[in-house]
Amino acid sequence: MAIFRFTVNGQERKVDTEPERPLLEVLREDLKLTGTKYGCGEGQCRACTVLLDGKPIVSCVTPVRTAAGKRIVTIEGLAEGGRLHRVQQAFIDEGAMQCGYCTSGMVLRTAALLDANPNPTAAQVIDALDGSLCRCCGYPRILAAVRRVADGKTRAEVRHD
Amino acid sequence: MTNKPPAECFEPERHELREGPAYIFEVSRRQFLETAGAGLLIIAVQQSAEGQRQSNGGGTLEARLHIGEDGRITILTGKVEEGQGPRTELAAAAAEELRVPLDQVQVVMADTDVVPNDGITAGSRSTPGTVPLVRRAAAAARELLASAAQRENRALTYKDLARSPELAKAYNAPLPEGVSVTPAKDWKLLGTPQPRMNARDVVTGAHHFPADIERPGMLYGSILRPPSYGAKLVSVDLDSAKKLPGVTVVREGEFAGCAAPTSFQARKAVQVLAAAAQWKENEQQPSNDALFDYLKSHAQSDGGRNRPQGKGDVDAALARAKTRLKATYRTAYVQHAPMEPRAAVAEWQDGKLTVWTGTSNPFSVRDQLAQAFQMPAQRVRVIVPDFGGGFGGKHTGEAAIEAARLAKEAGKPVSLRWTRAEEFMWAYFRPAALIEIDAAVDENKALTAWDFVNYNSGTAAIDTPYRAPNSRVRYVPCDSPLRQGSYRALASTANNFAREAFTDELAAAAGADPLEFRLANLDNERIREVLLAATKKFQWADRRKTRVANRGVGLACGTEKNSVVAACVEVEVDPRTGAPKLIEICQAFECGAVLNPLNLQSQVEGCILMGLGAALREEILFDKGRLKNGRFAGYRVTRFRDVPKMDIVLVDKKDAEPVGAGETPIIAVAPAMANAMFAVTGQRVRSLPLRAAPAKA
Repeated sequence: MAIFRFTVNGQERKVDTEPERPLLEVLREDLKLTGTKYGCGEGQCRACTVLLDGKPIVSCVTPVRTAAGKRIVTIEGLAEGGRLHRVQQAFIDEGAMQCGYCTSGMVLRTAALLDANPNPTAAQVIDALDGSLCRCCGYPRILAAVRRVADGKTRAEVRHD
Repeated sequence: MTNKPPAECFEPERHELREGPAYIFEVSRRQFLETAGAGLLIIAVQQSAEGQRQSNGGGTLEARLHIGEDGRITILTGKVEEGQGPRTELAAAAAEELRVPLDQVQVVMADTDVVPNDGITAGSRSTPGTVPLVRRAAAAARELLASAAQRENRALTYKDLARSPELAKAYNAPLPEGVSVTPAKDWKLLGTPQPRMNARDVVTGAHHFPADIERPGMLYGSILRPPSYGAKLVSVDLDSAKKLPGVTVVREGEFAGCAAPTSFQARKAVQVLAAAAQWKENEQQPSNDALFDYLKSHAQSDGGRNRPQGKGDVDAALARAKTRLKATYRTAYVQHAPMEPRAAVAEWQDGKLTVWTGTSNPFSVRDQLAQAFQMPAQRVRVIVPDFGGGFGGKHTGEAAIEAARLAKEAGKPVSLRWTRAEEFMWAYFRPAALIEIDAAVDENKALTAWDFVNYNSGTAAIDTPYRAPNSRVRYVPCDSPLRQGSYRALASTANNFAREAFTDELAAAAGADPLEFRLANLDNERIREVLLAATKKFQWADRRKTRVANRGVGLACGTEKNSVVAACVEVEVDPRTGAPKLIEICQAFECGAVLNPLNLQSQVEGCILMGLGAALREEILFDKGRLKNGRFAGYRVTRFRDVPKMDIVLVDKKDAEPVGAGETPIIAVAPAMANAMFAVTGQRVRSLPLRAAPAKA
């Protein structure tokens, strides 16, 4: 056991735990942030995506020790003051979810992509999102949501860091 | 807000509703009111409930609709939400009949202590089965309000009604027969696009899926799994794991598992168990290489309800045919692999068991739990939060029972989440299929004989929609080497693949265009209509003549669950590997009157792309009782890169009853692709996943 400190959704957090525990499980079980999902446990589906210092990572294969001292944003930290992030709003507007289990990972990947590249081409969107699995195969609606944000059609505008 | 009904919709009309005899649902009613607050619970007589509860005069009395004192309407249903959209659909159906905005309605789903038993959420039954029940109950409530207002001679709202039980009780004449529901042509809310009603909770991470349920003092579970199918636990040392701090260890027969304060500690404890476990493995498990021979040699004698269906004299018609074709088709086992693996949280309190879990069959899982723990079903409560996908793969309660067993031992609530590896190996599979077809056509391009046999995978869409004066259709159950069960659209994914691919073979043998041949032999006007819609939009005739290197077009159609589908595709075949790529699909689909075009579009697209996964790559490989590709790295499901150009035609039949749409749109893509691959390579592809032989160097 060891103590690790990091920032989660803008708040300083401290956990006393095994260094090799996946960040995913620390977020979910210790910090009760269950919006981040387990999908495969080996970084193959990206349901567990969080932003670590602004970059999307797969938290299921990220040992908690490697997050020490860093800034973590989970899906719970994307909206600000009850105001949805424009990507969240676009996912609602385009009906970009069926079961919704992959949604938090998809939203965070999209937010990170559009922060880095506000006007991605269709090929760049595919490159960035391919590997984020949606078993309901709601991909066309997700792509429509990404396109809606890239084209500036949503009003809510909150940056996550 | 465009969907807000005009004020006159709130005007009272006529008719009455009886508040049903409360004692029948005393328990449900009390428990529900504890959470929903005071108000009026509408207990409607349902003539066609799929569930079985207290019966009264041929109908089933069900607490279906609650009007809160704040005017909020709550619909109660035993259906679950796993991504196909019944929550929003049922809310919209109620709001339509009640003449209230959608946000005034909420839906309580699949809490066995509270809701009516609407049976399993499967078979595309929520739309044709449950939507009408909710519409009738809501229409009854509307008429109750109207009647009360007329009697009082003043305008009333649902809030007034709920706050005045005397008002409601004053009109306790029996519910009139055939309460009138709003015809589709007058719909204001149904038929318009509605996003999922709890979408905000989903995009913010606030929605609690079964894996996210948290209870006070809850532990996390992990299960000791056998190394292979059929392996028996001979011995296991429990003491080492029991010495770990905070760990509860359970072994009972073949069941062994641990609960601990974190899932990390629970896994570590199970690793300790596994290190010392002795197994007796079953050496007789076949491999996928020998699968189809195995199925045929382990076929069960047909009979009973599986006896051949048909007409005429097939053998004679085949024997005298000038043009006769035979072919064998094969489809692999595939795994549903929903994004949320099986998960359950179990809590024992005062001899009562409550389990939150993701299942399509809440009342059955309640009964499975009651049976497993030898207790009355009334002391088991199953609650199904909207969960992370099922596709027919979550009809059972394995995780619920395992979590409950651990929780019983630990004396604390336990959350058990299956790992992806467990979900691949220990959930059941879509059955593999071996299909043999023998058929004949005459010189007029008419089908004269049709002999179709499905080994192992089932009867869905096994009947041909093509006219055949002599036909025989059989399903032969087999001793499946893998545990198998329902899948999206069941066996129609195999039966329609084989039939539609073979229909192209017959068309070619008859010298006919695939479209022309189908239209000449089809007996189903609805299929004909979607086939014409898809081929027109796709410009089938022109594109079939156009030559593009390594590319070709194909089509397929079909029907199942009372909806109809047709697809045209363009496929590219990699000459080096023989692997197909779907470039474009145009699919027409008709399921009666469209209830929610946004969700329907999403379901049709999702079905196509899920079907594409099974067409391109999905195939469970196994040997000696072990899976060889039981992980996403080895089992490639459809991903963003696979998404083709998609053109969806939704045929909206306002005058037809709505039927389900979450399954049938899956059945056309694979055969259409197989047919397109023939156009490219000149080879028939008769197996799923699809793979042409690589071109000769």
